[in-house]
Amino acid sequence: MDDTAVVVAFYVLAAITLLSALMVGMVRDLIHAVLFLILSFIGVAGLYITLSADFVAVVQVLIYAGAISVLMLFAILLTPRSGRDNAGVSYSAPISVIAGLVGATIVFVALKTEWAKVDEDRFDTTAAAIGEALLDPFVLPFEVASVVLMVAMIGAIILVRPSEGEES
Amino acid sequence: MIPLIAAWYDFDPFRELYDWLRDNTWDELVYVVIAVVGATGILSFVGLGALANVWLERRIIGRIQVRRGPNRVGPFGLFQPVADAIKLIQKEVLQPSASDAKLYNLPPILVFIPAMLTFAVFAWAPDMVYADLNVGVLYLLALSSITSLAIFMAGWASNNKYALLGAMRVIAMAISYEIPLVMALLAPVLFAGTMSIPGLIDFQKEHDIWLAFLLPLPVFIYAIAATAELNRTPADIAEAESEIVAGFHTEYSGMKFGLFYAVELINSLAVSGIMASLFFGGYSLFGIEEYIPPWIIFIGKIYFFYFGLIWLRGTWPRLRIDQLMAFAWKMLIPLALINVVIVAIEVLLWRELELTDWVLAAYVAINAVLAIGLFAFFFRIITRDYYRLPRRVRLEHDVSVPSLPAPPSLALSQPGTGVGEA
Repeated sequence: MDDTAVVVAFYVLAAITLLSALMVGMVRDLIHAVLFLILSFIGVAGLYITLSADFVAVVQVLIYAGAISVLMLFAILLTPRSGRDNAGVSYSAPISVIAGLVGATIVFVALKTEWAKVDEDRFDTTAAAIGEALLDPFVLPFEVASVVLMVAMIGAIILVRPSEGEES
Repeated sequence: MIPLIAAWYDFDPFRELYDWLRDNTWDELVYVVIAVVGATGILSFVGLGALANVWLERRIIGRIQVRRGPNRVGPFGLFQPVADAIKLIQKEVLQPSASDAKLYNLPPILVFIPAMLTFAVFAWAPDMVYADLNVGVLYLLALSSITSLAIFMAGWASNNKYALLGAMRVIAMAISYEIPLVMALLAPVLFAGTMSIPGLIDFQKEHDIWLAFLLPLPVFIYAIAATAELNRTPADIAEAESEIVAGFHTEYSGMKFGLFYAVELINSLAVSGIMASLFFGGYSLFGIEEYIPPWIIFIGKIYFFYFGLIWLRGTWPRLRIDQLMAFAWKMLIPLALINVVIVAIEVLLWRELELTDWVLAAYVAINAVLAIGLFAFFFRIITRDYYRLPRRVRLEHDVSVPSLPAPPSLALSQPGTGVGEA
């Protein structure tokens, strides 16, 4: 694998991801914000590919760009009068401060950490490795996650269900 | 990486070119040349395919509906798509003044990207794979979800209520049909133990069985869900002419509409290709691929399934949105869930007990019986309300409609009007 190509790809993808993430907050139109968010998700997927994590990259596109953003669009469409306005909120100053602090912490940690370097530059079958990891050492968290999702689904069904006697 | 891409060739002149380039120049040039040649091949297949499909589709549907179809321009009307394209290109491009100008021009281009990218992972021949991804099947699924996003953008940017309705229907359908689609494609992946398209085809060649025989239920689920995702006629509620003018592309004129139309045809080819590779052996055809170039067999299979799609389009009425949603949630998703459990058990038995291939024949029989049984069972459930309807008109005496201040002269329980009937 050519090193310069990977470096160029990394910077291009990082620029796409960061700029579109910035636009999510800057754009006035809420639908545009979600579309920029999708672009940001796709940029992150590209970053995964530069790390040869093909499975995670494709799942990122499938779940985040394909499913979660579609849910967001649906929520915006079904919310009356909010469809076109990504308006400022009254407490944007404290939010900006907190976000800035979180960002500073991440940058600080990233600079301080001594990153381990992987010798071989590509893995062959990440999907199989992830599957084995999920079903062998991490089987308990995996099962707990599925139970949590099940509970959420049943809860959603109960919430939207018409109560007794209230047909249709 | 180089051998992966270099394996594209089954054409001897290209193989010689590749050998010459590898021996006489540096590696990067080989990489670039091969990528360009491969992309050109795929793009020209897709482009010419879209043109040919316009003609095929109109002629075959004409045949089905007992009319002639296009037959004036050129022999058998073969140049009709060209004439159509010229007409579309020279048409005036109209853009609604209240449209979302930044978004409006993007979707016709954006829908093309996933449609083209789909063809990158197909195996046209044993060594003719543009990109042999480890996660090929997931990659195809990820692309199909991006198409519906672009269609949503088109509907939203038009700022037209019919377009918006179409966009919302696309999103609703994408959410509903994605689930059975993913779970149907899980079955072949479980059996073959790989997600790469050439790997799946090798599995089918190695065991001398098409996954379609092994997995009849996922084939049907995939076919139905993919037709819905394609927005073709049994399920084209996103552009239902009789309800919402033309749905998401109401406000698109000229070549922008033409692009949406072309993408629909290209996506039909892509779905046929996925069907052929995953369930029907891809380029292999019982050893005939030794004598005929495998890519011709693969294209033949693609067009076989594409003919099926045209047939569906020509003969079936359009479903209503609630029927389509109910079909996904009440029938396809439970079927797909049950199927995943069945297939997982079968694969586990087969792998863990290290049974020989004869057990696959038994699975064929078991799965066929299960598929027919489950389909019959779910059809009974889904049509239960219909069969509970009264078979003949009858009088209902004790039905009261409390909140209706009826004029005294009109009796509520007039027989035959349907007012008082349940």
